Amino acid sequence: MTGRSGPAGGSVGEPGVTTDSGIPVSPVYTAADVAGGPSALAARLGLPGEPPFTRGPYASMYRGQLWTMRQFAGYGSPEQTNARFRFLLGQGQTALSVAFDLPTQLGYDSDHELARAEVGRVGVAVDTADDMADLFAGLPLDKVSVNFTINATAPVILATYLVAAERQGVSPGQLTGTLQNDILKEFLARKAYVFPPGPSMRLAADVIEYASRALPRFNPISITGYHAREAGCDAVQELGLTMASAIAYCEELTGRGLAFDHFAPRLSFHFATTLDLFEEVAKLRAARRLWHRIATERFGAGVPAAARLRLFSGNSGTTLTAQQPLNNVIRSTIQCLGAVLGGAQSIHVMGYDEAFQIPSEEAVTLSLRTQQIIALETGVTRTADPLGGSFYVEHLTDDIESRASAILREIENNGGAVRALERGLPQKWITDAAYRAEQDLAAGHRPKVGVNIYATDDDPGQALTPAQPDPGAAERQITRTRQRKAGRDGRACARALRQLGQDAAGGRNVMPALVEAARAGATVGEMSDAFRQVFGEFREPAPW
Amino acid sequence: MTRPRIVLAKPGLDGHDRGIKVVAMGLRDAGAEVIYLGLRMTPGQIAAAAAAEDADVVGISVLSGAHMALARELLARLREARIDAPVVVGGTIPPWDADALRRLGVSAVFPAGTPLPAVVAGVLRLAGSRAAVP
Repeated sequence: MTGRSGPAGGSVGEPGVTTDSGIPVSPVYTAADVAGGPSALAARLGLPGEPPFTRGPYASMYRGQLWTMRQFAGYGSPEQTNARFRFLLGQGQTALSVAFDLPTQLGYDSDHELARAEVGRVGVAVDTADDMADLFAGLPLDKVSVNFTINATAPVILATYLVAAERQGVSPGQLTGTLQNDILKEFLARKAYVFPPGPSMRLAADVIEYASRALPRFNPISITGYHAREAGCDAVQELGLTMASAIAYCEELTGRGLAFDHFAPRLSFHFATTLDLFEEVAKLRAARRLWHRIATERFGAGVPAAARLRLFSGNSGTTLTAQQPLNNVIRSTIQCLGAVLGGAQSIHVMGYDEAFQIPSEEAVTLSLRTQQIIALETGVTRTADPLGGSFYVEHLTDDIESRASAILREIENNGGAVRALERGLPQKWITDAAYRAEQDLAAGHRPKVGVNIYATDDDPGQALTPAQPDPGAAERQITRTRQRKAGRDGRACARALRQLGQDAAGGRNVMPALVEAARAGATVGEMSDAFRQVFGEFREPAPW
Repeated sequence: MTRPRIVLAKPGLDGHDRGIKVVAMGLRDAGAEVIYLGLRMTPGQIAAAAAAEDADVVGISVLSGAHMALARELLARLREARIDAPVVVGGTIPPWDADALRRLGVSAVFPAGTPLPAVVAGVLRLAGSRAAVP
């Protein structure tokens, strides 16, 4: 044991009297800290399932339906991921969440020069609608809800999914699930962009507009500040940025003449849940109230569902450590609990080995078990919003809402989400905060067990089970895609791709032409190239 | 004494750039001249930049799991271009791959979780030892 002495020894800074976002915290809270007294509080809260939805989007919350346990999974070939999906469903997971490899996310086929070394690594390789059909072989798409973490190529992937469903005899109207399709956060933090911001916004809106007509049970976007948070910003900035993005998408859609009440009920949201338990719970409650206000006051929502925020919570990878990796199981458990107390509709729990690798099957199973134990053994699901009325949590909820509103105003003063991004404003918040956090960690200002306090010299590798990547998967995928290209009706495919290019250039909604192209066997790379030719590619300016 | 020149880049398609930017800022504040090339660089582009910038150290960061193939190709490109600057690799590198990277010829590996001061000191030490060679 070579650890430094604990806080009692005074060598590591005290945890501090602010939240992680820097909100001052008093030693104790009383009724006097809740603004306006009980009747004003009751109006700010409402009941669960009632405006302004502070206490949750549904009246019965988890008594009516548990959150969806949605572990993010995907690697290698469609068959391998299909097997992982079946394994997870067999272990009690209640929905699927597809991780795509980087070439698929960026619109390159597996045989592209830039795809080398990346095929099937961080997710599954999907080149064609045939691959998508293989991915879901034997999994009934009218029954399984599927989440797709895909953004720049979201319209293309949705098209291949619609064709895969069609081959199962499932109509678009039966499909449930979520397409991430939030391109703004790619420019902000996640960095898997392809086309410049303007055309990217248009493609995202094409998907939402198309879905508002054809996919009544499907969420065509998941608007998120999660990645900005993971890249460095704090909980308040995360909420402000998420709402700024939501406003930008809604303005794009209402600008097309779409009625807000028509598309807004299917908007979904995605937040991080990190370790500052009460701040995170308060943030999720504040998010629902803030969105209700924006939807009603700014967009004139006329139906409650258009102002009801539903959310997915992703636990935070950046809170996990490479040192003493089993400690991450505890960290993830607390984060999952925070998401539940905050009223999330679906949850992903990180693998304890994510500082080293794509999680092993053992780590993924443990993440799922974490959710199941919280759901079934702790009793936290018995009543909605169990922390509602806590002087501290209500005070924090009010404070976070007002601070996030101030962030939102700052973004608006800089021209809104798209313009602020182009100016690099939120990127600077993120980078500066990330650097500060790293310096604080090194200086011991933020205690991190196993890192700057209670550190040991143990080899972390002893606690890990190596994930088993399949070295032959990439070659097999490349061969199969080439065979499929050789076997298709080349002329019909070329015609469909030509039409796609024309619709992209002509400002028509690209979804119908994409579905035709996917049906004709066009590859993800070819469909993306059709867009590249019309829109060009984005290159990030130097950060300093 | 001239400032050490460090070329940093994200090879492959991975977009996780929090770590490399933090390292770039740390090196800059420690007095180094940092040339950060950005995302989606090919090994050939990185080698060309290392030559053009007369790099003392070349650093790449990979969090997609593609580090072995990308490091191997970068080292080959640097050899072809007769650049002897040491190469360092950061990212989500499992312990068993860290050893393999060193055997390939990578001078230092900084897996996720390495404290920033250790990364900065490690890179500057490599830059200094190269500068000392006549």
